[in-house]
Amino acid sequence: MRQTDRYFKFDWITIVLFLLLVGFGWMNILSASHIGETIDYFDFTQPYGKQLVFIMLTFLLIVILLSIEAKFYERFSSIIYLIGLLSLAGLFVFGKNVNGATSWYGIGGMTIQPSEFAKAATALAVAKYVSDMNTDIKSFKDQIRLCVIIALPAVLVLLQNDAGSTLVYGSFFFVLYREGLPKIYLWIIVVLGLISVAALKFGPLITIAATSVIVFGFHFLRKKKPSIIQPIAMLLAAVILTFGVNLFYQKILQPHQQDRISLWLRLEKDPEKIEQMRRDILYNLYESEKAISSGGFNGKGFLEGTRTTGKFVPEQHTDYIFSTVGEEWGFLGSALVVIVFVLLLLRILRLAEMQKSQFSRVYGYSVASILFFHFMINIGMVMGLIPTIGIPLPFFSYGGSGLWGFTILLFIFIKLDSNKINEW
Amino acid sequence: MRQLLLFFLIIIVGLTFIGRLFYLQVYTSSAHNLYEDNAIRKVYDYPKRGFVYDRNGKLLVGNQPSYDVMVIPREVKPLDTAEFCSLLKITKEQFIKTYEKAYRYSPRLPYVFIPHLSKEDYAVLQEKMRKYEGFYIQKRLLRDYQTQYAANVLGFIAEVTQSQIEKSPYYKMGDLIGKQGVELSYEEELRGVKGIKFIQKDRFNRDIGPYKEGKFDTLPQQGKDITITIDSKLQEYGEWLMKNKKGGIVAIEPSTGEILTLVSAPSYNPNLLVGRKRSRNYTKLHNDSIHLPLIDKSLLREHEPGSPFKALVALTALQEGVITTETAVSCSGVYHYGRNGKMGCHCGGGRRSLNLGIAKSCNSYFANAFRKTVDKYDDSHKAMDIWSNHIKSFGLGQYLGTDLPIGKKGNIPDGAYYDKWYPDFNWGATTIISNAIGQGEIQVTPIHLANMTAAIANRGYYYTPHIIKDIEGQEINKDFVTKHQTTINENHFEPVIQGLYDVYNKGTAHFLQVPGIEICGKTGTAENFTVIDGQRTQLTDHSIFVAFAPKDNPKIAIAVFVENGYYGARFAGRIASLMIEKYINDKISRTDLENWVLTHSLENEYQKPFSREPFKINAESQYQLIDLPEKLETVNKPVEAQNQTITIPANETNR
Repeated sequence: MRQTDRYFKFDWITIVLFLLLVGFGWMNILSASHIGETIDYFDFTQPYGKQLVFIMLTFLLIVILLSIEAKFYERFSSIIYLIGLLSLAGLFVFGKNVNGATSWYGIGGMTIQPSEFAKAATALAVAKYVSDMNTDIKSFKDQIRLCVIIALPAVLVLLQNDAGSTLVYGSFFFVLYREGLPKIYLWIIVVLGLISVAALKFGPLITIAATSVIVFGFHFLRKKKPSIIQPIAMLLAAVILTFGVNLFYQKILQPHQQDRISLWLRLEKDPEKIEQMRRDILYNLYESEKAISSGGFNGKGFLEGTRTTGKFVPEQHTDYIFSTVGEEWGFLGSALVVIVFVLLLLRILRLAEMQKSQFSRVYGYSVASILFFHFMINIGMVMGLIPTIGIPLPFFSYGGSGLWGFTILLFIFIKLDSNKINEW
Repeated sequence: MRQLLLFFLIIIVGLTFIGRLFYLQVYTSSAHNLYEDNAIRKVYDYPKRGFVYDRNGKLLVGNQPSYDVMVIPREVKPLDTAEFCSLLKITKEQFIKTYEKAYRYSPRLPYVFIPHLSKEDYAVLQEKMRKYEGFYIQKRLLRDYQTQYAANVLGFIAEVTQSQIEKSPYYKMGDLIGKQGVELSYEEELRGVKGIKFIQKDRFNRDIGPYKEGKFDTLPQQGKDITITIDSKLQEYGEWLMKNKKGGIVAIEPSTGEILTLVSAPSYNPNLLVGRKRSRNYTKLHNDSIHLPLIDKSLLREHEPGSPFKALVALTALQEGVITTETAVSCSGVYHYGRNGKMGCHCGGGRRSLNLGIAKSCNSYFANAFRKTVDKYDDSHKAMDIWSNHIKSFGLGQYLGTDLPIGKKGNIPDGAYYDKWYPDFNWGATTIISNAIGQGEIQVTPIHLANMTAAIANRGYYYTPHIIKDIEGQEINKDFVTKHQTTINENHFEPVIQGLYDVYNKGTAHFLQVPGIEICGKTGTAENFTVIDGQRTQLTDHSIFVAFAPKDNPKIAIAVFVENGYYGARFAGRIASLMIEKYINDKISRTDLENWVLTHSLENEYQKPFSREPFKINAESQYQLIDLPEKLETVNKPVEAQNQTITIPANETNR
């Protein structure tokens, strides 16, 4: 095999989209974190300087990832998964607390966040398990096992008080559904979601009333009537769920989480109170929406954002990086970023479907799902479409662990994809 | 089909995001503007407002520092309110009320807690200020009037209104703007241009440095000093004479159109509208519906001109060739016209030529002249148009185009005017004969009369009256040095002027002569009516006088209008003579006239319509005598009026 063929095997479209996002992401980190008029690109005390180093190291990481034999990832997936779990568990002993979450290891002056790597590890494990010849995804036993594989890291992350990252593990549902998980699960999720939202928005009574009308209506319209037990059981479940959701909202959620949901579902009616909530509790969201909105159609220009320069949006170089894009690059730039993300996701999805080996396909699907979840939650949050959930925007947000985690996630798949011809 | 779930979700989320972006950035957003960006603090640097000098270089209006106590409620720490209140001279209730107001306005923005501290209070407070966190003292420049007079000319400045802010983006909330007089007319020159600094803020509202290193910052441009045409000595003297009278005096330099004096009486001390008591005083002035001190009567008071108008009637008749200087009328004390028309005359009767007609103000003579002018043409519509044109060439019946912000048009009727009045009636000279003696439908303001007098003094032209003499480093409006020619030939003026001169020698103003000055003048009396309880009720006549002097190379043309002063020579004539002597000789030899004017008040006349009792007018009305007032306070003696409030004198009893 000639040298050139080896490079052409890699999917360069994905790689170019990845490079675009990383490069543009860094420009925005520069904007969001520079102080004063002079910029020293190699000032490593500043986020933009550090990120530049992270990006350079990323290229080294990519070379390593692509040099490893594709089979290695499948063969050692269980071990990688176990290492991931151990690194998460180790946080309880050696972890360093930053902003209330114990998600970091401190090594020298650096911090590493293992949860960013655990996603890739879990994806490998899920792919491995699903592609095992003995696994039947329709069997309840295997469903439970898969659930445990996914839930273990998720619970560990949740215990470190990083609820946002836990939610990301929900993205594996798309993977399992694609691989043949019974449709009933999809319906359960949809119905659960609808009832939860309705219970909070309209209160238990209206929700239960509406549910019973639907359930019994269906029951009586059906020609072949099953036992009456079925609708009654469903209704009972709905009742429990309804009260459960309210109980969960009121007793278990912390006040700041309650406010986020309350604002999102417009539970508060008093406009003055809403405005005050936006300013006090959801200050970040308020400022980020204002920054985005102030960008207008064309944006204020690179390094010209007044709200960015004034550091109006807290955490702007990390979770709220998209507001910088909004202010400085306007509608044109922001829409372009959204489009590039969508193209990347669709490209990964298409590559995954083209895989001959089930392992590669499941893994590819996991990559797309995880990235999609981050994309949807992060940008949705920054623009005020969904409640505030603090997770980074892949390839964009400041942070070495995040960048490397997503790079590993993506480039393992690029390597697997390049190997598809060799599959039998 | 299971593959499609994620595919569609990705597309839906992507489209939703783009839709949301469109809503935030295009639909609800406006283009970026530094001035509206609340991440940028705009700090304005206010330039010094230009000074105002009189024609002799005397400073009339300067600036004085004023100190406002400001508060930023969020930064206020617990304080000794009792001590603070006593320093500010307010009660604790006031303190709490103002503080709550400030908090409601905004917890984090500065609010004027106490405006306009006196210098003494400031001195005491300044040292203790650092004890009160969240409070600070801000210096502003206020107007400092060096005179107690000329309020109607100088005008005043006040905070801009919302509608002014909307009209001109230059002004921001709390800026000061000229509201009347020259402060309004020359607002742009006087105010200068404020400088602006853009400062980048952070989210805690702290400054983090100049925006773009001050690339867009501008320096303030100082306001320009202006010199106005007013002779402050004459102005003050005029206002002094007009005390306890209502009306106006306008004096113009005929050779230039410069307004020497513009008196509106009663007026007010301009210092009353500066400082802490400003709004209280303003309300009081505004509510005085008898004296209307805020209304400039010399510019806004429309009235019938009365006899001074006869000079124009004569000039028009001469120009139209319907009379000569020798044309005579025999007056029997009444002028008959039409079938039953009668017009009384007080000239004493006898043969009246042009000269005596003017000197004795003979109604019959001018009725005849006017009638002949109109009857010259077959068509009275056309005749009135021609007549009206002549009259209007003296600036009457139109806005004069002065550089004062207010004015009235007055009225000079023409053919169309009467066609409208008498649509079904063939009107003619006798229908409208009252115009011949300056009554009927003719309406003028005192400045119209003064300008008309200046045009006569110039023998046929005038310059638009104006108040500006010089603007620092700037040309004044070219319109003010453009001659406006009247339609009357120059040669017709001499006989009329001789008649006006003889008003002083042998006519209605012979007792008003001033030794050494050749004055030409004309008395005027205008009947007037008001409505009391739905009844048209006659009041004492208005006293009117116009004059210019000297007869050759005139230096001053003046019109005096005294409401309800009865006949022309009684108040207006005396005042005009004194003003002319004051201006030309700079001292008063006719102290008898001066004392008479100062000791005679018309307050009782002005109270009559409001007294709800029957009253007498004109000759049957009695003088109200008052004591001689204090000597005239002259310019450059600033009076500490800022913390004074007005006391409007109670009605003095009728003696």
